[in-house]
Amino acid sequence: MMRALLSDLPLVFDRVSLRAGGTTMLNRVSLTIRPGAPTLVVGPNGSGKTSLLRLCMGLDAPSEGTVSWGGRTQSRQTRRAILFQEPMMLRRSVAANIAYGLAQAGYPRNRRAARTEELLDRVGLLELADRPARRLSGGEQQRVAIARALAREPEILLLDEPTASLDPAATRHFEAIVLAAAQSGTKVVMASHDLGQVRRLAGDVVFMVRGCVCEQASAGDFFEHPTTPEAAAFIRGDLVL
Amino acid sequence: MPESLSAWELIASGDATLFAIVRLSLVVSLSAVAIAGLIGLPLGAVLALTRFPGRTALVVTLNGFMGLPPVVVGLTVYLLLSRSGPLGELGLLFTPIAMIIAQSLLVLPIVAALTRQTIEDLWSEYRDELTAMGVGPSGRVATLLWDGRFSLITAMLAGFGRAAAEVGTVMIVGGNIEGFTRTMTTAIALETSKGNLPLAMGLGLVLISLILVINAAAWGVRVWSEQRAG
Ligand SMILES: Nc1ncnc2c1ncn2[C@@H]1O[C@H](COP(=O)(O)OP(=O)(O)OP(=O)(O)O)[C@@H](O)[C@H]1O
Ligand SMILES: [Mg+2]
Repeated sequence: MMRALLSDLPLVFDRVSLRAGGTTMLNRVSLTIRPGAPTLVVGPNGSGKTSLLRLCMGLDAPSEGTVSWGGRTQSRQTRRAILFQEPMMLRRSVAANIAYGLAQAGYPRNRRAARTEELLDRVGLLELADRPARRLSGGEQQRVAIARALAREPEILLLDEPTASLDPAATRHFEAIVLAAAQSGTKVVMASHDLGQVRRLAGDVVFMVRGCVCEQASAGDFFEHPTTPEAAAFIRGDLVL
Repeated sequence: MPESLSAWELIASGDATLFAIVRLSLVVSLSAVAIAGLIGLPLGAVLALTRFPGRTALVVTLNGFMGLPPVVVGLTVYLLLSRSGPLGELGLLFTPIAMIIAQSLLVLPIVAALTRQTIEDLWSEYRDELTAMGVGPSGRVATLLWDGRFSLITAMLAGFGRAAAEVGTVMIVGGNIEGFTRTMTTAIALETSKGNLPLAMGLGLVLISLILVINAAAWGVRVWSEQRAG
């Protein structure tokens, strides 16, 4: 059981570049993600937030540089979970989607039903348990996806603009779920371009522009004393190109 | 079969000969589809999920084999099973088993090729999520086959339609022996050649009805389960 005790934190990018088809998605990114309050990845469209999260998960390999989890450059993703910008719903019921996540995380079969119910209750979807997941609204699917991610009991939870298509009430509800996870010790890394949300959730901020990490600072410092003109412009709401 | 009677009169009178013919047709075609499914579903899925040299050629060949001429398949199986052939010892030629073998070979490329296409499309949608959940190769195949079940039912139906309607392989390897290897299609061919057109036409209508009933049943299952699972 030594594997279960190995931590994936800190998550370290060392001069990481990612290229595909002539595009540079990430350009010599170095950063360290430590345990603690949520890290919010912010930046305009196409700045590389999704690419960064995919590398954090270990879904893509860097073209240059290294990504390491707790000092290891090879790490099975058993302790990480990711919520994609457009989550995929299995062609099954809502409950079956959660149970699938539990099964893949090695959760004991005889306790899956009870745990599924707990998770659905946590995201407020208990009444929809038997509905086909693909017939739910976008916001409801987003909640299925977070429940399925939480089923893995991840040490690192990666969220890619999860509230982009949610209404304000659903956004607050989602943020409460995320904060609860963070308070119970899960390291949350979340992409967002909603500055209000960043203020509400962030312990620290990673600010990206055109594939580079322009700034990494505590949330307070980022908003009060941005060190780059790009970050200052972004906070003012001016377009960054 | 009494030749003066029409097919409808035979059905109405519950004619035992006709019943045996219909039953054999169903047993042979359904067995062939079941065998083709048992091999073709996993084969198609594995082909969809793996990359190896020569894969493209294999996929193209498989797609082409969906249109294999039944008489050629029949002839090949005939040569394999004939007394001087490599499997002649088994004495299977002109038995229903030979017919099932030949029809399985005919249906297998249809099931495998359609499965490959279905699973490949689904995989492009599921890849990231399944990879992120750490689903291994056998888990992927199982998940994709299950989640592709609606389209795969259609693939199996296409295979069944082909098997139930064809006459070339069952005629060659079955021999159209009355009471033993005579199916609806070979009976139709025989009655037509004897000039008994009303009976041949009646049998044809029975065949079409059966295919429609089986398709309707499968369609019902599909709609029902789609409503429950999306
Ligand atoms: N597979 C790919 N091949 C080539 N270029 C890609 C690929 N995926 C992304 N890109 C490009 O890489 C850049 C960064 O993309 P990424 O998706 O990481 O941005 P993002 O910050 O998540 O944007 P958004 O806010 O719109 O989600 C973009 O310019 C995008 O067009
Ligand atoms: Mg993105």
